[in-house]
Amino acid sequence: MSGNGFQQSYANEKPPSSTGSAEADINTDPASSGFFTTDFKKHEDLKQMLDSNKDALKLEAMKRVVGMVAKGKDASELFPAVVKNVVSKNLEIKKLVYVYLTRYAEEQQDLALLSISTFQRALKDPNQLIRASALRVLSSVRVIVIAPIMMLAIKEAVMDMSPYVRKTAAHAIPKLYGLDPETKDQLIEVLERLLGDKTTLVAGSAIQAFEEICPERIDLIHKNYRKLCNLLVDVEEWGQVVIINTLTRYARTQFINPNSGEMAEEEERPFYESSGKEDEGEEEEEGKGEGDQETKKAPYIMDPDHRLLLRQAKPLLNSRNSAVVMAVAQLYHHCAPKAEVGTVAKSLIRLLRSHQELQYVVLSNVATMTTKRKGMFEPYLKSFYVRSSDPLHIKLLKLEILTNLATETNISTILREFQTYVTSSDKDFAAATIQAIGRCASTISEVTDTCLNGLVHLMSNRDEAVVAESVVVIKKLLQMRPSEHKAIICHMARMVDKITVPMARASILWLIGEYSERVPKIAPDVLRKLAKSFVNEEDIVKLQVLNLATKLCITNPKQCKLLCQYVLSLAKYDQNYDIRDRSRFLRQMVLPGDNGCVFSKYAKKIFLAPKPAPVLASKFKDRDHFQLGTLSHVLNMRTTGYQELPEWPEEAPDTAVRNVELPPIWEDKPTKPSKTGAKKKHDLKSFYSESESSEEDDSSEDDSSEDDDDEEKGSGDSDAESGSSKAAKSSEEESEEEEEDSSEEEEEEEEDSSEVDSEVEIAVARKKDTKKEVAGKAAKGGTKAAKASADLLLDLDDFGSMDTSGTSSAAVTPGNLLTPTAALDLGPSPGGGDSKPAASSAVLSINVTPKSYDLLHRISGNGLSITYKFTRTISVFSPNMASIELTLTNNSEGPLNNIKLGDIKVQPGMEVQPFPEIATLAVNATTSVLMGVNFNDTTQPASLEVCAGEQKFKVNISASVGELLQPHTMSEGDFANQQKKLGGMNENSATIAVDDESGTDRAICTSVLTAGNLLQVPSSDEKVFKFAAKTLASGTLVLVSVKVTDKKARVTVNSDKMVIGTMLLKDIQKVMEKK
Amino acid sequence: MIHSLFIINNTGDVFMEKHWRSVINKSICDYFFEAQSKATNPEDIPPILSTPHHYLINIYRNNLHFVAVVTTEVPPLFVLEFLHRVCDIFEDYFGDCNESTLKEHYVIVFELLDEMLDNGFPLAMEINVLKELIKPPNFLRTITDTVTGKSTSVGATLPTGQLSNIPWRRTGVKYTNNEAYFDVIEEIDAIIDKNGTTVIAEIQGYIDCLIKLSGMPDLTLTFINPRLLDDVSFHPCVRFKRWESEKILSFVPPDGHFRLMSYHIGSNNMVAIPLYVKHNISFREGSSGRFDVTVCPKQTMGKSVENVVVEVPFPKAVLNVTLTPSQGKYSFDPVSKMMTWEVGKIDTSKLPNIKGSISLQTGAGIPESNPAITVMFSISQMAVSGLKVNRLDMYGEKYKPFKGVKYLTRAGKFQIRT
Repeated sequence: MSGNGFQQSYANEKPPSSTGSAEADINTDPASSGFFTTDFKKHEDLKQMLDSNKDALKLEAMKRVVGMVAKGKDASELFPAVVKNVVSKNLEIKKLVYVYLTRYAEEQQDLALLSISTFQRALKDPNQLIRASALRVLSSVRVIVIAPIMMLAIKEAVMDMSPYVRKTAAHAIPKLYGLDPETKDQLIEVLERLLGDKTTLVAGSAIQAFEEICPERIDLIHKNYRKLCNLLVDVEEWGQVVIINTLTRYARTQFINPNSGEMAEEEERPFYESSGKEDEGEEEEEGKGEGDQETKKAPYIMDPDHRLLLRQAKPLLNSRNSAVVMAVAQLYHHCAPKAEVGTVAKSLIRLLRSHQELQYVVLSNVATMTTKRKGMFEPYLKSFYVRSSDPLHIKLLKLEILTNLATETNISTILREFQTYVTSSDKDFAAATIQAIGRCASTISEVTDTCLNGLVHLMSNRDEAVVAESVVVIKKLLQMRPSEHKAIICHMARMVDKITVPMARASILWLIGEYSERVPKIAPDVLRKLAKSFVNEEDIVKLQVLNLATKLCITNPKQCKLLCQYVLSLAKYDQNYDIRDRSRFLRQMVLPGDNGCVFSKYAKKIFLAPKPAPVLASKFKDRDHFQLGTLSHVLNMRTTGYQELPEWPEEAPDTAVRNVELPPIWEDKPTKPSKTGAKKKHDLKSFYSESESSEEDDSSEDDSSEDDDDEEKGSGDSDAESGSSKAAKSSEEESEEEEEDSSEEEEEEEEDSSEVDSEVEIAVARKKDTKKEVAGKAAKGGTKAAKASADLLLDLDDFGSMDTSGTSSAAVTPGNLLTPTAALDLGPSPGGGDSKPAASSAVLSINVTPKSYDLLHRISGNGLSITYKFTRTISVFSPNMASIELTLTNNSEGPLNNIKLGDIKVQPGMEVQPFPEIATLAVNATTSVLMGVNFNDTTQPASLEVCAGEQKFKVNISASVGELLQPHTMSEGDFANQQKKLGGMNENSATIAVDDESGTDRAICTSVLTAGNLLQVPSSDEKVFKFAAKTLASGTLVLVSVKVTDKKARVTVNSDKMVIGTMLLKDIQKVMEKK
Repeated sequence: MIHSLFIINNTGDVFMEKHWRSVINKSICDYFFEAQSKATNPEDIPPILSTPHHYLINIYRNNLHFVAVVTTEVPPLFVLEFLHRVCDIFEDYFGDCNESTLKEHYVIVFELLDEMLDNGFPLAMEINVLKELIKPPNFLRTITDTVTGKSTSVGATLPTGQLSNIPWRRTGVKYTNNEAYFDVIEEIDAIIDKNGTTVIAEIQGYIDCLIKLSGMPDLTLTFINPRLLDDVSFHPCVRFKRWESEKILSFVPPDGHFRLMSYHIGSNNMVAIPLYVKHNISFREGSSGRFDVTVCPKQTMGKSVENVVVEVPFPKAVLNVTLTPSQGKYSFDPVSKMMTWEVGKIDTSKLPNIKGSISLQTGAGIPESNPAITVMFSISQMAVSGLKVNRLDMYGEKYKPFKGVKYLTRAGKFQIRT
């Protein structure tokens, strides 16, 4: 297939038999072709090719079909023939069919449904590219009937292992929303999960989906704000643009104006004279760097999160993508302290060298910026000099900017430059230059005279357009200071004879009329001449002649009354009704008839009132209210979907909403020294890299995909490290209340913290015994403690609301809820736990170490030993799964390779999410991996096969009933209600003897929590302990209450699932009796 | 985001359209044609047009108009940058991006467009990722395809780049000859005054690379005088932190051609102007005029100035010119009134000169200003800013690559006002 062949087939998509191309072009009406025209057989050969069983023929046919699609010709009648090939094994045919489907499915909805099952099958394909493209096509077919199927597919894809599939899911969200806006609420839920995704690949697309379906839900950003800031540098460039734009809006709603102190000052300052001093100030401040300015302006302290955004965005000014640079520039323009905005100027200037279309947009944004902050661009004045080769719209923009930048100091150079522009052969540009000179003259008083002289000189120019423009501009200038310029008015009066451009003539007439007292001799003469030529004048001139006549009639009735009468009579019979109207109106005023007009007495006041001088301001001044860099700004009109940039709030909303709880890091990978180390540092570090449950997900995925580029990683680390150490610093700077937060974080595994030098401080705090922590905090006391508890309350409120929303409960890790944080929420006392003896409603903070079970003994595993434990966190793979941590140890002689799960045999309804393959496990090395199992609320074991190289071992994982639960928060009242409902058959109880030791509050709670993954519910009765949980798979409520009466404890378990209730009771009994 | 794309040739034929969301009829282009008819030349069409329901964002490249249709608010630079990137990718795939190449490879073009955006938002824009998904056309492969009847132009697996944190590089690159070439190209933008004084002179520099290295090489490039560079933009592969702290370029390069960095040296620095033009252009009453231009080398640092071309856009009133160049050839386009003089290399012993007479249209009046002269030239083996590459080191791979650095200075927008 040579090149010519392609071209040919592109040129004649239709076989030669077709008669004329007219029908094919009517692609708006699908019915128009095929049925009623004579050549309904025109695609017969294509159909035959598509039906053949040779891939080559099919491919050739598909290529021709795609050619038609590409050309915009109608190919819809081939739909049945094409859609059959959706099952083709050949990838290219498949791809082309997909292309065709997305184009025509909307028109042929019924037939399109035939293909859906193929996509559904492909959604389960092990190849992530195939899964992703199936989702892409499925979501692109725009057939309303399949909206529920799309919804399901999206929900599934959001949980997918592959970030690429998740990215595709993010793209599918707005597609579904466009198809069926009613799904919005469901989609937001899905989106919430995607926003929490930690991979850079997904971040941009998730934010884009957010912008398209629910830009008003700014609260969804809170938890992800710091993560987004920190990921920003690594996100692909297109994602960076949308993220920065969203964060700009976010910053405007959540932080206070960094320039609030100066606002008043800034606004009072006259607009054009400000620059001199301002510049110096700005330059100085720039030199001092960012740190100083916070101290300098004592009353305003920038929120560390605000600072974080600015700092993370700054390196992006060096991006090769102009849209990214512009996004950062607008962020600084709208959200940065004044002293820092200057830093973006240089980068914007650099963009001026790119393609002219980009230049146009950049220049129009710069033009707006210069109306506000001229000092910023003054050093780059020369970069805006116009070249004769620039297109007109760019010339005009540059001129605008030069005019905006004009100050006393640089006006002379600018005017010299303008002089060369005036002689340009491009007359529109020359005229615009003259207006620009006028603006400079009006704003900078020193040069007004020079400019006026220059403009007067231009009036003798050979080109009429130039002359006319100068007249108009002079008129405006004179209007500002008429007293001094009699000579010029005389000069202009004389020019009436020569100038033919109507606008200029009208301007001169108006000027003479207005200042007729200064030229008393000339004015009547001018009127006389114009009365003669009145009939041949343009309308606009006629109106001004009437004005002139009226004014002269008032000031100099002796000479002009008759002339005036004559002109008015002429106008009375004019063809233009405006002029006739005007004549009638004026006549009543100046030549009142017999009955007289009331107004005539006030004619002088009406016509010769002092008029305000026109203000020559930049055209770009009114664009200020549009956000820079937007389409609305460039077009200077509101476009559909434009989001107004909100005003700064008066007072900053609560900053604690952005705090994120850390989940315990169960996963430890000593085999990946540097990268994971750096990564962890990042995580530990805290608030910035927030982590929802997708945390482990991310790192494990990264690792699997990066295995090949280990070498690269080593070198890349220095970057990551320097970056994170910087972040570390800043996190330490953060306010104390946040530090407190961090110390309340769940205890981390110690290896982690020891890796992290820069983190010693926090790590130490974290290692502290929970008790100490609580006591210490209570000691701090005072307002701080109160504040912290307030913050925490808010935090937990969030959790509560999320919890009720079902799937999103993934954000709550049970670890967190067991810590004092939970206690703080549920009880009114900020101290919690031991520091408050006998707190009636307090909940004990108890840490239960998960128990390890042997999965594979080293003898039966030929040296490979595996233990597993239930982490009791929400599984990253699915909320229905129990998260299981496997610890693999290699006790054999040689390294083990490719450890993975093989065959999986489970009961129907159960699911297993295997752990990522481990490439090698060195001798004596230990590694941990996470997997997920959905036990479907049964204690049936899952039979797995662990493969290590060639060897295969059969193992069983089973869960005790306590592990099938996840903690559930509820109030005491709810608990009582639910317990009432679950009486009778659903209740199991037993009495257990306890002694002094095992009868303590702490011992009982520990026993129950060891037996099952429950959450303690506050209880008003000291001797009754209540616990709640839901089962993982079905979400059935499980309630446990323990009532202690001397030496006896009565344990009651209420659950809809009786089996679970009985088994849990037995387990609790066992644990308690052991003690 | 981006709804649809129409590619329109110079004659106003919409020869390709791609819709990423629902279909928009190509009659939307009528708004574009209207704007086109108002503009005197294609560059003057406003890049952003507003129609009642849509917004058209267009670029003009290689005699083709790329018109993107958007329906809602979107950063316009986002779309413009995307359109230019699309052109760049086509150029990389087909060697050129014009009507005939696009038509010839329409299937690949269409597949590429489909892959680049999903629902109007960029999905895969890295050339290395795209090349794994859709193989570029290749003569040899076309033959084998025809013979074997198989087509392999679509990749079956997700390119590793798409998932890794270095999406620009593909894995498993293998070359028998490992080479890395760097071209330091500097363009001088200048406006020279009537009297020969420099109004403004700036340097726009690029480092373009051709990297053919196996495996995952990690390169560092150091300069002798990195202080020169204060305004730079980088390919995403460059580690910005390293640059900030040590002023070295440290990167894992993409495979093949790419622009490593571009930099801008502003008008605050002194820029050596390599040549000046002595000119004497005058129009006289009576429909005639004189034209006399000499090109002289100025600060060339001992290098010869080559490929000199002088362009003079004469005013509309000029009917024709009759000139005699001392070297090279000249041509005059009577429609656009553009005189182009291809001088070639400047011989310092005999300065190139062109002179002769101008004939004006009768009754048109004398043009009041002289045309601005545009000069093009190139000087090889010199970077006018003085930037010099110190060394290139490679880590992460064992073999010894062949390394080469080339310098070139040429005229950017070099204009002389007369």
